[in-house]
Parts: sequence; structure tokens; C-alpha cells
Amino acid sequence: MAELATATPTPLPVGPVRDHGIGRGGMFALIASEAALFGYLLFSYYYTGASAPTPWVLEAHPALKLALPNTLILLLSSVAIWFAERATRHEERAKALIGCGIAFVLGTIFVAVQMFEWKAKAYGLAKSSYASLYYITTGFHMAHVVVGLAVLAMLFVWTGLGYFTPTRRIVFTNGSYYWHFVDAIWLAVFTTYYITPYLGFAT
Amino acid sequence: MSPPSATAAVAPGGSNREQSIRRTPTIGPSSNELRERLQRIWETKPGLYGWLATVDHKEIGIRYIVTAFVMLVIGGIEALIMRVQLAGPEQTLLTPQQYNMLFSTHGVTMIFLYASPILSGFSNYLWPLLFGSRDMAFPRLNALSYWIYLAAGIFMYAGVFVGAGPNDGWFNYVPYAQFRYDPGLNIDFYSLGMIFLGISTSVGAANFIVTLLRMRAPGMSINRLPIIIWGTATASFANLLIVPAVSLAFFLLWLDRQFHTQFFQVSGGGQPLLWQHLFWMFGHPWVYAIVLPAMGMVSDGLPVFCRRPLVGYAPVALATVATMLLGFGVWVHHMFATGLPGLSLAFFSAASILIAVPSAISVFSWIATIWLGRPVITAAFLFFASTIVLFVIGGVSGFMTASVPVDWELTDTYFVVAHLHYVLLGINVFPVMGATHFWFPKFTGRMMDERLGRWSFWTTFTGFNVAFLPMHLTGLWGMPRRVYTYPVEMGLGPINMVSTVGSFVLAIGFLLFFINVLRSRTRGAPAGDNPWDAYTLEWSTSSPPPPYNFAVIPTVASRHMLWEDQLGETRERSNLEEGFILDHGKEALATSALDAEPQRILHMPDDTIIPFVLAAGMLVLFSGLLVRNWPITAIGGLICAADLVAWFWPRISLLERGPAHG
Repeated sequence: MAELATATPTPLPVGPVRDHGIGRGGMFALIASEAALFGYLLFSYYYTGASAPTPWVLEAHPALKLALPNTLILLLSSVAIWFAERATRHEERAKALIGCGIAFVLGTIFVAVQMFEWKAKAYGLAKSSYASLYYITTGFHMAHVVVGLAVLAMLFVWTGLGYFTPTRRIVFTNGSYYWHFVDAIWLAVFTTYYITPYLGFAT
Repeated sequence: MSPPSATAAVAPGGSNREQSIRRTPTIGPSSNELRERLQRIWETKPGLYGWLATVDHKEIGIRYIVTAFVMLVIGGIEALIMRVQLAGPEQTLLTPQQYNMLFSTHGVTMIFLYASPILSGFSNYLWPLLFGSRDMAFPRLNALSYWIYLAAGIFMYAGVFVGAGPNDGWFNYVPYAQFRYDPGLNIDFYSLGMIFLGISTSVGAANFIVTLLRMRAPGMSINRLPIIIWGTATASFANLLIVPAVSLAFFLLWLDRQFHTQFFQVSGGGQPLLWQHLFWMFGHPWVYAIVLPAMGMVSDGLPVFCRRPLVGYAPVALATVATMLLGFGVWVHHMFATGLPGLSLAFFSAASILIAVPSAISVFSWIATIWLGRPVITAAFLFFASTIVLFVIGGVSGFMTASVPVDWELTDTYFVVAHLHYVLLGINVFPVMGATHFWFPKFTGRMMDERLGRWSFWTTFTGFNVAFLPMHLTGLWGMPRRVYTYPVEMGLGPINMVSTVGSFVLAIGFLLFFINVLRSRTRGAPAGDNPWDAYTLEWSTSSPPPPYNFAVIPTVASRHMLWEDQLGETRERSNLEEGFILDHGKEALATSALDAEPQRILHMPDDTIIPFVLAAGMLVLFSGLLVRNWPITAIGGLICAADLVAWFWPRISLLERGPAHG
């Protein structure tokens, strides 16, 4: 005699709880797709550079005076949002606001410095394929930082309104994942454009 | 993700909050009273607002299917005009420029606006029903992906109607696509339209992936998934990773054209082949993305008409994944004639030839299913079974061109046209027509006419082969593709006339098919829940299904839920009568990724106009970019930004924020 399969009734979480919820998968999918986008951008750099007559890069020794500290600033902003996310977990609203605010300010500084770097360049977008790739890749990244800043601003507002509790905070956690991604991907961009010429790529 | 342990999650403040965070769902049978309550919770409001705001996957799926079929008709008419032009040598119906635009637009329409969206449509409609679920993981995202598809289609066709459609082939090679050689708005419409459409494909893919991992009925472990799920899931994983390549390529091209960047310009140290690499890194996996779900339709539909389970479920499922994995490594076979190093050609040639193996697994499994079954010859069966014939012909010609020396002979000839049409019609259009016959009763509650269905099958099948089989020869005889005419001396007049006659017969077949669809919608015989005596979960609910799909969430015990008694494979039976009753609002069940253990009760979003507004904002944004009008672009951008803030605003109804404060 056949027997019916039954789902055992156990207590189940209702809606997103802590950092678990269906939205997390959506955020990971977004990040995967965005990472692929940057992968193709960097592929374009390496492929064009490797197949072009040398010297292809316009600066054999890209100045690190601003870029390196700026990289550290962006990484620090990741630490700040991590701190804020942790504070949200413990319902420490003031700390969360401070962390979120610091991340926002550091991110804004990063954008300002990057704009300054652009201004100081001796070449424009249309100078060569290297110049085009440099501006568009860093520009793509900067656009992501700007979106990330908007996310941080909204997280700040929502935290200020007291929306998040230690259990209901998936929006905050997902937002912080996005910011971490924007920071992490910069390391790949930075390595490609500021470090590989020192290693002799396409110089 | 493991469910959080009982107390660790609880904030100070206590057991009240614990109550709202966890609940033990009631298990019970369905009842009229429950169905009425769920109907009230899930149904879309009538009227214009409801029409724009619905997030019901079934409504969205049908819209996808209808829109894609409209695109198929438009693309088909374009093809017929070209066939008239090519019916005899040195005809002057079309100018070379008109012909360029027509064949490019035909390709773009069929590949991007028909072939992929039609499969998204079927998958959108069917996935939650096949899963025993109430909706997709992200219903609002689902609505967004449809609205963007529609808006991007309108955007691209706006270009066609003002005489600025794509005119450099669907793969749009530089340098011809550069401003210097093609200064109209044609390529700008196409470039921005493709970036726009790519957003639709990407969010759709993300939705399918999360739905796959989270939205299955309890017990539907991954070894019990229908093959169409394997197909669409594989395609979605690929789409998520490959669409950025083509969006980026089109974006860089647009910059080259409008802002004098040097990405593809040799004079500025740019690399024209970069376009081909980016395009085909996307393009070839994409080809599999637009056939694997359709192959899944055959793998799931054929067994129903053969009255036995699919032969070789596991190999077919694995072959689906293997095809895509190999598919990532074959893009260069589109570039054999570009002068790349021999070693690279050898590698990509070998990988391309290797793809024959997983493809053959599916074909042999279908043949074995028919061989070992007791086929019931219906129109749907004919369409599904004909796939085998057409796929073998298209597969063999593909296998031939995977060989480098053969490709050098055949590239850019009609042989390739024949090949790609055998593949795309053979394993997209024919399965889709079969799927329409098969699932139409579920969509509408009515059967399609069998007699007319068979007439339409034999007409399309005959017309298709008369049109395209001779093209192999046309190509071997040296007729290049994408040229608007040919001289009398080539002697190609008669064979082209045969193709043209065939194409019109094919068109009559489509006409019969659409007449059948339209008539059967209102006049077909009533279908009942399971007219084909099929075995998957969608047939266990009413036709058409209620807005909530399943009153109680089924529990799955095998791969053939409705055939368990006949098959007697195991003692255990799927439970379709009793299950979780989720009726505290618009609720659905999330389960674990591999074994589909109950994991979470989800609160699903209500109907909302937010996705529609976002798509409209993007349309404004892309239109602004097209004409380089920055105020319009900014307005579009602001609409999108405001809309996204509204979208992500934490809602109590979705349990995204605590009720204590706020």
C-alpha cells in the first residue's frame, strides 16, 4: 500500500530574518552579473594592450601618490559599513548612523579625488584606445560608487527612521554587500591600471 | 542557508516578537472557503491600473508569449519580402540599403525579440506551476523584465519605422558599424536598444536562478526537476554572466560613434577584433540559451505522448549543463576566418566538435523514448518529434562548420544560413509550436483544434524544408549571404525560386497555426485539468490555474507526480490533497536549494505600478541618450532613481522592517 509523502510541520521563519531571506539571492545575482561586467572591461584592457604595438599604455609609471591613498580610503569605507551593519545587528542605532555616515563621507572623498585625477591627466578620452579604456573603466567604477553612495544615503535615512531591528534588517545587510562589492572590484581595476604597467604590461 | 536557531535570533523584548518571526504552518486539505480567501488575496484588480500593476507570473508569461509571437510575425514578413527579392536574379524590389536593413532587422527581431522572450514567456508561466509554488521569487522583477522587453522592442522598432533600423547584420561588425561608414542613427538605435533589452534579460535570469534555488515544493529535490527547468536554469546562469559582454560591446561602440573614443578604431590603437570577441563571448552561449529551454520542452512533452518516462533523465539533465559549459569555450568558431593563430583555432574547433556529444545524448534519448513508448500521434507530438529530424540536420551542418578548413570554404555563404535556420527553427520554433499545442489547454482551459494543428504542422514542416534544405546547396554553389541579389550567370535562379516558394508555404503553415490559436481560445473544446494525462504538477491544478496556483502546497515524492500509481516506482506518493496552508496574507513557501526542505514562509509583494514606471523611466532615459538631449536623459534618470527608492523602501507588509519603530 502506498503511503503519502508529508511535509513535517516545523516552526519556520516568516519573512526575511537577520541576513537570511530571498532578497539575498537577488543581491548575489546582481553582484555576479556586475562582476562579469568588470571582467569584460578588464579583458578589453588586457586583450587590446596585448595585441597593440608597444608602448600602448600612455603612462609607464602611473602616479600612485593619489591613487594609493584613495584606494585605502575606499577600503576604510568598507570597514565603516561593516561596523554599521554590525551595530544594526545589535540595535545600536547611533553607531549604525555613524558608521554609515563615515562610509558615505569616505566614498564621496574617493569620488572627488578620482575626479581630480581625471582633471590632472594630460590626455582626454579620445586620445587612444588606452585613454578610452582608462576613462571608461574608472568611469564605470565611479558610476557604481555613486549608486553605492545613494544606497548608503538611503540606509542612513532608514536607520534614522528606526526601521531596522536585529531581526528585520535584510535591506541594510544587502546594501552593505553592494558597497563591499564596489570596494572590492576597485582593487581589480586599481591593479590593472596602476600596477600592471610597473610590471611591464604593454609599455 | 540553515534556518536560524530558535532563540539566537530573538532580540531583547521577548516572546511576542518570536511569535511573529516564526510560525508553524498548518497542514490540511483544500476547501472552498480557503480557495475563496486565497482568491481574494491573490487576484489582480480589474481595470487599467490592475493591468499595469499585475505581478502574476501567469499574466506576465502570457504577455511575453503574445509579444514574442507578434515579433515572430513581423520578422517573418521581413523574411518574405527578402525572399521575393531573391526569387530571381537581379531583381529590383529592394535597394541594397533596404535589403541591408531588412536582413539585419530580421535577425535582430528573431534572435533577440522573439527566440529568447518566447522561452521566457513559457518559463514564466510554467515554472511556479511546475514547482508547485505560488509565484516566482521576485514577482515585481518579473513584471519589470516584461515591461523593459516591451519598451526595448518599441525603442528598436521606432528606429526601423523611421528608416534607422540596424543595417550591419545582427552581429554588427566594426568597422562598418562605425560612424564614418554608417553615419545615420541606425546603429545607435540598435546599440542603445540592446543595452536596454539586456537589462530585461539580466533581471529575468536573476529571477529564474533564485526561483530555482528557493521556490520549489517540499520534496522536489534537484533530481526531480523537469528538464525544461534544467534548460531554463542553465540558460539563466549563462545569461547572467554573458549579457554584460554584449551590453558593454554595444556601449563601447556607441561611445566610439558619438564621443570619439578609440575602442575599435585602428587609427587610435583600438582593436576591431575586440568587438567580435565581446560579441561572440556573449553570442555563442546565447545560442544555447535560446535552444536549451526549448529542448527541455521536447524532453518534457515527448514522454507524455509516448506514455512513458523520458529515457535517460540524468544524462539529459547533465548534457544540458555540459552543453552550456562547453558553450562558453566555443565563441571563436565564429571567427575562424579572421586570421587568429592556428593553435587557437584548433582549440576552439575541438571544443565545438565536442558539443556534438551532449547534443547527441538528448537526441538519442528522444529517439529511445519514442522507440520504447507507445506514441500517440497528436499535433504536439509531431512538432516535438520533428525537432529530432531538424536538429540532426542542423547539428550535422554545425559539426561540419566546426572544422576550420570546411568553415573557411563555407563561411558567409548560404550554407551557414541553412545551418542556423535548421538549428533555430528546429530547436526553438518547432518545439515552441509543440509547446503551444501542449500547454494551450492549461493557459486557456480549451484545447487547440487537432485537425488544423496537423495541417499547420505538415505545412510548416514541408515549407521549412523546401525553403532551407536547398540553401545548403545554394551555399556550396557559392552564393554569399547578405547580398541583395545575384547575377543571372551564376545560375542560382531556380534554386532560389524553390526556397522562396518554400518560405511562402512555411508562412501559410504559421498562418494556420495562429488561426488555430485564435479560434481555439474561445471555441476550443473544454480541456479539464489534465487533458493529456501528463505527469507534472501544473496538470494537478485547474485550467487555467487560479491566481494562487495551488490552494495547499503539494509535497513531492517523485519525478512523475501524477503517474506514480501507474509507474509504481516507489511506495511513497506525492501528496497533492493536503499540504501547507499558507493564508496569512500573500504567502509562499521557500525551500532549500538541493533537497527542497521547507525553509521559510515568504510574504509576496502586492500588485504595484513601480516596475512599469521604472521601465517607462528607462525608455525616457535611453531616448534622451539616443538624441543626446541631456535634460531628457536627466529626467529619465531621475524617474528611475525615485522609482528605485520607492521599490526598495522597506515595507512592513514584506517584513523588511521592524514594526516597533517607524
